[in-house]
Amino acid sequence: MPDEDEKRAAFRALEERILAGDGAASPEQRAAAFANAGVAPALQGLIAKVASRPTLITSADFDAATAAGFSEDQIFEMVVSAAVGQSARLYDAGLAALAAATDNEAAG
Amino acid sequence: MRLDILNRGYSPGTKMLFATIRMFSGHPVPDAAKLVFYRPGFYGAKARAFTHEAMRGPSAWSVADRELMAAYVSKVNDSAFCIGAHTATASQAYQDGAKAQAALTDPDSAPIEDGLRATLRMLGKLTRDGTVSGADLREVLSAGVSRQQVADALAVCAAFNTTNRLADAFGFEVLSRDDFEAGAKFLLKRGYR
Repeated sequence: MPDEDEKRAAFRALEERILAGDGAASPEQRAAAFANAGVAPALQGLIAKVASRPTLITSADFDAATAAGFSEDQIFEMVVSAAVGQSARLYDAGLAALAAATDNEAAG
Repeated sequence: MRLDILNRGYSPGTKMLFATIRMFSGHPVPDAAKLVFYRPGFYGAKARAFTHEAMRGPSAWSVADRELMAAYVSKVNDSAFCIGAHTATASQAYQDGAKAQAALTDPDSAPIEDGLRATLRMLGKLTRDGTVSGADLREVLSAGVSRQQVADALAVCAAFNTTNRLADAFGFEVLSRDDFEAGAKFLLKRGYR
């Protein structure tokens, strides 16, 4: 099955490491960045841009996060989590549409 | 890069590796490479494994086709570093820079196979809109692309939507054409591991 292939498994391993492994940011903070939901106010602008418009990110977005007391390693982890999270949503959406297309094919 | 740890936070061994790469290649170490060497146990090791599998693992798509998909996703995201890096890599892989450039400029009129054209359109829509429909995927399948090829293309899309975001968030330095060409040669010889 394509949605259980080695490429998908390798992506799941990346997700799992980022969300559940050790880190400077808590698992809850990383999960919030991954989901782009429930992020601390000082990080909301940065994380939302990582998910939706990364070309608009400026140093001021990072400055806001450090001014609020987040360490560079915490910010690094949450930016990575946000990038992987948005990519996971795209991957899932593509595979779901593929399943819908092939289910209809099989039914029709 | 925008975080000091990504400019200076490497172990002595990694700093030595970067210096060796610079000395023997005559080119700077790209920020994309530096990123995956920063605390590789958190992101880099798993990211390299996934990206290598997507770009060089078994697939009915050629390496050139997958590099073109990577460049196309990067173009849709307007991610300057990745556009430069993967346009150069796709061009070298096809041994046809005009073909790669035409596909990136307008897949509809480019001299590429219909299956690849339909796949690029679908990846563009998914990246831009965040969603695609079953009908969109049926168009790709009806262009002769197998179900597994679609899944493989979605893996490339996930890999480069991740890398594009990190490139623009952390502010990867855009390299010269010569530096991108050297990086492309390396990626075609060694892959992403």
